[in-house]
Amino acid sequence: MIEFRSVSKQFPNGARAVDDFSLVIPSRKTTVLVGSSGSGKTTLLRMINRMVDPTSGVIEIDGESILNRDPVKLRRSIGYVMQNSGLLPHFKVIDNVATVPVLNGVPRKQARAQALELLDTVGLDRELADRYPSQLSGGQQQRVGVARGLAANPNILLMDEPFGAVDPIVRAELQQETIRLQRDLDKTVVFVTHDIDEAFLLGDQVVILEEGAKIAQVGSPTEIMSNPASDFVADFIGVRQGKRALTIRETPRGKILVDSEGRAAGVLSGEFL
Amino acid sequence: MGLFLDALAWIFSPDRLTDNPSLPLLVVQHLFYTFVSVVIAALIAVPLGYLIGHTGRGREIAVGISGAARALPSFGLILLLVLVIGVTQKPLAAFIAFVLLAIPSVLAGAYSGLEQIDRRVIDAARAVGMTEWQILLRVEIPLGLPLLIGGLRAATLQVVATVTVAAYIGLGGLGLPIFAGLPLRRFDWMLGAALLIIVLALLLDGLFALLQHLVVPRGVTAGRVLDVRSSPVGRRAVVGTPAD
Repeated sequence: MIEFRSVSKQFPNGARAVDDFSLVIPSRKTTVLVGSSGSGKTTLLRMINRMVDPTSGVIEIDGESILNRDPVKLRRSIGYVMQNSGLLPHFKVIDNVATVPVLNGVPRKQARAQALELLDTVGLDRELADRYPSQLSGGQQQRVGVARGLAANPNILLMDEPFGAVDPIVRAELQQETIRLQRDLDKTVVFVTHDIDEAFLLGDQVVILEEGAKIAQVGSPTEIMSNPASDFVADFIGVRQGKRALTIRETPRGKILVDSEGRAAGVLSGEFL
Repeated sequence: MGLFLDALAWIFSPDRLTDNPSLPLLVVQHLFYTFVSVVIAALIAVPLGYLIGHTGRGREIAVGISGAARALPSFGLILLLVLVIGVTQKPLAAFIAFVLLAIPSVLAGAYSGLEQIDRRVIDAARAVGMTEWQILLRVEIPLGLPLLIGGLRAATLQVVATVTVAAYIGLGGLGLPIFAGLPLRRFDWMLGAALLIIVLALLLDGLFALLQHLVVPRGVTAGRVLDVRSSPVGRRAVVGTPAD
């Protein structure tokens, strides 16, 4: 469990990115922080591994304040996946994946063997192990990034808009893969995105943020969609514009559901069964 | 053309081995002054450049000082230093001048090598739990090496050309035949020594070019060769700063 208690962050230039933010992130669930740019979502994520320290307030992991922990050790115990993969260009794929275990003192040979298994886990061919990141596609690089995040077998995985820079098809593929991984590995995932559809797809708990990391609403996708807490939320998730409205249309063979653009979106359960 | 032939004849004459000092000794002296100056400059400028490149602080000061140092006339500086430090300390004065000449290029190579690295790569290295030393040793230095070698290359060329003036204060090197030949109008001496200096400069430059090519990290080379779509490596906007 990760807990933010009255956390604020003011940058030296005076910008107040986070103001009195409190949130409980449950273990072994995926929590998605979603908001437009300037909502402070990345700052919140980077506070968890102390890439950013709060100006005031407390952040605890399993009841222990992280501000007392050595940042380097803390970071090695938390997986981090970033946009554009952040791989080291001069390390082979296998050594990129093995980076954290090697830093932790695992013998290189053993770390590489584990890294090979992780390539399987994230659905990459083992033949790619000896390539350099620049020789991979964007989607493959992103998978290597996920494998590196998992390498030290962390309980917590932070994902900072990891699929923001890949094309929509690969993106959908990686999203499905993330859901599968979460089901298999049971990590506490904190995921940052500006894409509300991605948030609803991946999140057990979705946190919608307004400017200054003010929480507009927290809840499961069902709760948020069925009962938006404010006009801001309704706008943000597209309910007000009618984007998510489905209507029933009668056809000669039964009722189907049609989305706001008039395209068939599905059938009413039971109609054809 | 006759002048060139005279110069070549002077270089390859067996008398050059029995001269005092002999021509090979002058070459060795010349290279010695060059290498010692560049090595001392590197010992000073590389750590300083890495400090600037790693922390991102003090860049303006470094650029200012480098620019000023580049503009110093080395010949005048040597004479000034001889007068200031004392006539008995001529080698010291010469070395100080050559080192000052070499520092700006080496400093620029060291910090720009670190600066041109994609900030996201360094941010990621820190985020996965590298210490600042590990970031420097495993990420920044390997990726910045080609530019550092480039800086050493520029510095060496400047120094190898400038060491010629060491002969004016009686320290030998390939400037000796030039300064000795000047009042005697022995153009074969002057041109011969000048040719040798040019050859040394070209040899050193070729050596550094080769080295520069060799130290480009594998992944960086591989990408350039195999991924035709990859954009040229350059400075990119800083991503991952906590502004968002």
